[in-house]
Parts: sequence; C-alpha cells; structure tokens
Amino acid sequence: MTKANTYAELMQLPDDRGHFGPYGGRFVSETLSYALEELEATYKKLSADPDFQAEFDKDLAHYVGRPSPLYHAERWSRMLGGAQIYLKREDLNHTGAHKVNNTIGQALLAKYTGKPRVIAETGAGQHGVATATVAARLGLECEIYMGAEDVRRQALNVYRMKLLGAKVNAVESGSRTLKDAMNEAMRDWVTNVDSTFYIIGTVAGPHPYPQLVRDFNSVIGREAREQSLTQTGRLPDALVACVGGGSNAMGLFYPFLADEAVAMYGVEAAGDGLDSGRHAAPLCKGSPGVLHGNRTYLMQNHDGQIIETHSVSAGLDYPGVGPEHAYLKDAGRVNYVAAEDEEVLSAFRELTRVEGIMPALESSHALAYGRKLAQSMSPDQQIIINLSGRGDKDIHTVAGIDGITV
Amino acid sequence: MSRIEQKFAQLNEQGKKALIPYITGGDPEPGYTVGFMHALVEAGADMIELGIPFSDPMADGEVIQKAHERSLAAGTTLEGILEMVAEFRQTNQDTPVVLMGYLNPIEYMGYANFAQKAKTAGVDGLLTVDLPPEEADDVVPLLKEAGIDTIFLIAPTTTPARAAKIASHASGYLYYVSIKGVTGSATLDTQAVAEKTAELRQLTSVPVAVGFGIRDGASAAAISQVSDGAIVGSVLVNKIAALAQTPEQIPAALAETLNEMRTAMDA
Repeated sequence: MTKANTYAELMQLPDDRGHFGPYGGRFVSETLSYALEELEATYKKLSADPDFQAEFDKDLAHYVGRPSPLYHAERWSRMLGGAQIYLKREDLNHTGAHKVNNTIGQALLAKYTGKPRVIAETGAGQHGVATATVAARLGLECEIYMGAEDVRRQALNVYRMKLLGAKVNAVESGSRTLKDAMNEAMRDWVTNVDSTFYIIGTVAGPHPYPQLVRDFNSVIGREAREQSLTQTGRLPDALVACVGGGSNAMGLFYPFLADEAVAMYGVEAAGDGLDSGRHAAPLCKGSPGVLHGNRTYLMQNHDGQIIETHSVSAGLDYPGVGPEHAYLKDAGRVNYVAAEDEEVLSAFRELTRVEGIMPALESSHALAYGRKLAQSMSPDQQIIINLSGRGDKDIHTVAGIDGITV
Repeated sequence: MSRIEQKFAQLNEQGKKALIPYITGGDPEPGYTVGFMHALVEAGADMIELGIPFSDPMADGEVIQKAHERSLAAGTTLEGILEMVAEFRQTNQDTPVVLMGYLNPIEYMGYANFAQKAKTAGVDGLLTVDLPPEEADDVVPLLKEAGIDTIFLIAPTTTPARAAKIASHASGYLYYVSIKGVTGSATLDTQAVAEKTAELRQLTSVPVAVGFGIRDGASAAAISQVSDGAIVGSVLVNKIAALAQTPEQIPAALAETLNEMRTAMDA
C-alpha cells in the first residue's frame, strides 16, 4: 500500500460503528442508544438526499453568508518575512464563528425529525449563540448549558443567547466549564429524549456526532481548497487550526487529508505551559480514555479521573478532543502542537494592529503557531490559518488582562 | 454457579425478591464504607452495588453526583474501592458485591489488571453505565474468565430486538432502568415497568432487577411484585449526605430505610 493510498483511506472513516481505529464509538447509557441509532439512520438518509443538501447549501449561502473569504494577509506576511499567510475568514460568518455551519446542519436534522426542542452545551458561548440563533429562526424551544465559570467569562454571549430567546443554565458542578456543561446537557437529553434534539458543538461525543459535525464543517476546507487553487493556482503547503474539541480544525483538514503535500498543524491550548500542569492539551500531553460517549485522548490523573484544564480561551478549555483527531495524531497525518496563553495574546494584538482583524482568543492559538511556522518557511511558500471566530466576545478578557474595565 | 446466581436461586426457593442497595464507595470518606456495607446486610440487603466514584458521572442526578464529589475529595481511588471489597469479604463471603461506575477508571487501570484485582478482592459483578454491549468485546471475556458477571442496563427506550441482544451478553442480572432520566429524578410508573419486565422474561432467564425511582417501602414492594429485585440508591445516598458531618450515625439511618423496604417487600 502506498502512502497516498493510506492518506486517501483516512477519508473513509469512521467505520460502520463509528470508530476511527481504536477511537470514537458510542459509550453511552442505554437510554440514549435508541436516540443515537435513530439519529444515525436519519443522517444516513438525509446526507444522501439532494433536497436536504440543497437546503443546507442555501442556508449557508443566504443566512450564514458563505463562502467566507480566503484573505491574503500580505502586510503580516511581509512583516514576518516567511511564508505567505492566508486567513480563512470564518469570523465573517453570521454569529461570528465557524460554529454556525454545524448548527444550521443539525437544526435541519431536528426539523426533519420533528423534535420541538433543542439543547446544547457551550464553552466560549459561540456554539450556544449559534444554536440559539438557528432555534430562533426555526421557532424551536432552546436551552443552553454553560459552565458557571464560563458564564462569568463570557457575559456578552450569555446575554446574546437570552436575547435570542434561549434559556441559559449555569452549571455549578465539577470544574464549572465546558466538560461539566456537556455532562449536564447529556443529563437533560437522557431525561427529555423523546422531545429533544441535542446539538453537540464539536467533533466529539458518541457516534454519529463526530462524523456529522465534521461533515457540516467540511465546507470550510472544501472552499479553502478551491479558493487556494483559484487565487494562487496551487494548494497550500500547510494548514493551521486551533483544537479544543476540534470542529474548526476537522472542517478545514478533512477535505485535504488525501493531499499528501499539504502539512497540517492542530494547535492546542498550552495555557501556562505544557510542563506547568495548567493547560488544555490532551493530544500533546494526555492519554487515551473514555469520556462523553467516545474513546479519545484525555487529560486524566493516575486513577482515570478527568482533571481540570486551563486556558485563557473558554472555547478550548476542554479535557478531551474529537476522536478523529486522536486517530490522525496516531496515524502521523496531523502534527499536534500547542500555544501558551502569552503568545496567544501577543498574536491577538498583532493581527489586530497589523491587519485590522480582531480574532477570537481560540483562533489566536492558530495564529500564534502559524506565525512561528511561517517564519520557518520561505516567502514562496503559503499557509492557510483558520480564523475560526472573531474576537469581540473576548474584549472583556483582554481588557481585564490589561487592567482595564470596559 | 456465581455468587449472584446462588443468591437469586436461594431467594427463589424462599419466595423472596432481592433487595439491592447502592452506595458510592468512599462517601463521605473511604474509612466508613465497609461498616456501611455490613450495616446494609444486617438490615436485609441481599446484594450490594458499590459505586466507583468518577469525576464526570453523566448518568447520575445531583444526589449521586455530590456523593462522587465527596468521595473523590476524600481521596478515594479504584484501588481503594477494591480494598474495601477485600476487607468486606474478610467477614462476609455470602453477599454478592457488584461494582457500578463509569468505564474510564477501569480502562485506565487496564481491563486484564482490573479483572484480576477484582477477582482477588472478591467482586462478583461489574456494571459500567457507559459501556453498551457493542463496545464491550474487549472487557467481557476477561471478566468472565475471572468469574465476574457483567451486568447490562435495559432502558424504557430499548427496542425488543436490542433487548434480546443485550440479554444474550448479560450474566448475573439485568438492570432495568425504570425511567427516562438520571438517578433519583422521578417517580416510577409500576404498570409500565410491569409490561417491560414481562417482555424481558420472554427473552431471557437472567433475573431482572429494577432501579431508578424506588424511594420507600411501598415502591420497593410494588417493584418486587413485577421483577426479581429492587435496586435503591439515591434515597440511601441522601441519608449519607445529610449525616456526612456525623458519620457514626449513618449506619443506623441506612438500616432504618432498608428495614422498611425489606419488611414491605416480604409482607
């Protein structure tokens, strides 16, 4: 088997039972098995249905505003003196991040299955806002679970969700962040499984979620691939995206998996440093285990207990990661690296000042690593960095670090 | 014949149903658990489900979530839970002990390692909430080899075809989850449970015990009419929570609740 074949085969996953090699699967309590089998069947049917695809594409075009631009950051590239940097502008989507690609898709599934109520977990609040947005548009009842710590950090998004008509539940259990919000959303779902569609926000969770969230976000990579060919006449040398659960990265990477010459970098949150113990980098520093319905890399202690994570960005503050990333790491297809809070803030400021684009702190992880990567390359090479979201929601955090109250 | 099978056979002869209390191991502190287990047996428990605490107990309601938090804060580990079972076995060789928890601590210890240690400690069964039979192929044979029964859940949403498949993998007993929801959340509908257990009886000879929503003598008695056993958790864990500052009073409080159920079930 040649290497190219191997790479093409990566695009055939998951298998019928939702496994990416040893990862993925469906590790849930029995009450949810039926709902997941039903969702799997619905998705299998609808993803092959041209009418469903047409409706999805139409919403992406006219409601989200796709395609998002592939922007050549010329001034920043020149300043760094290395590879040409192209930014995939997911920050320009309606609601301000890539998250809406997935919620549009899952809301359509909810509509087709006739469920009147949707729930979601959220970290930074981007997925919560994107869910509340599509729920408002389709007239669905909407409840969002968000860790109490994140409710505090992301007050602006909490208010946005409320304006959109969603009920926001602050989760006080455990570490009061994204993982606890996901636990609570699972508990809601198991209780209200007949009436409720659970819109998971990342490429994690039980099968078929990792697959369908990836598929809905793959529009990012499909567009970027085509735009790169049209605008530059060739494919990029490298792709860079931040990885928390990993949905924006999977969306960008997936359509390029078989392009052997395209290197890929997934950037995790190194927090105070990978050796500090205060980070959120399960692929760089964790080990395989089972959480939230799938087997994947986790941050865990000597007893298999999930440990608390730390990141300046709420959206990356998660101890697990999508199972497909776990597989791509082991397969050696994607390089998983990490960026520390300090370099992330510096990249946030730099892009804002040099290009007039204020990135989300999550996306700033990709920018921080992309900057270093570009500098190690030559000006005739090019990289695409996924600018997964805009930074407005993070103004309070950055101002707070500067000692300013806004 | 496993200790669990023996127990059900013995109860069957006596015309009685199994009363199965659940407590979280190490709650409120590891040192008390074995004493609680003995108190439960004295008050009429036929088997004990001992919870392995986990940082993310997704299928549990607030009462048992808090128990996991107290237990972990007190330093409980899976190794520690196995030591509790071993200590219990020093003076009790008859009462089956089923460990109940989530997969990750067991996976982290390693399935073969866990099976061996659990056997040595005197564990009789394992129930992992987040391990459906489809994902259990790596685990069940190792447990079987160690003489440990694998207990699976059946839910109100489980289709008959799926229930048949689950039953074919099960040993010890099947745990029927009486309601859609998390532990301790709602009151149960005995009629609906009766229909489901009757359906399960057609599929398997493995005993069917029912849990979720049993909180007093009346509900325990009602459930035991239509099943092989009643599993009771949150109401006991609530007693532990209320008396966490005066743990010496907990055994009597657990005994009082369990006695009431035993009496009602045997009446």
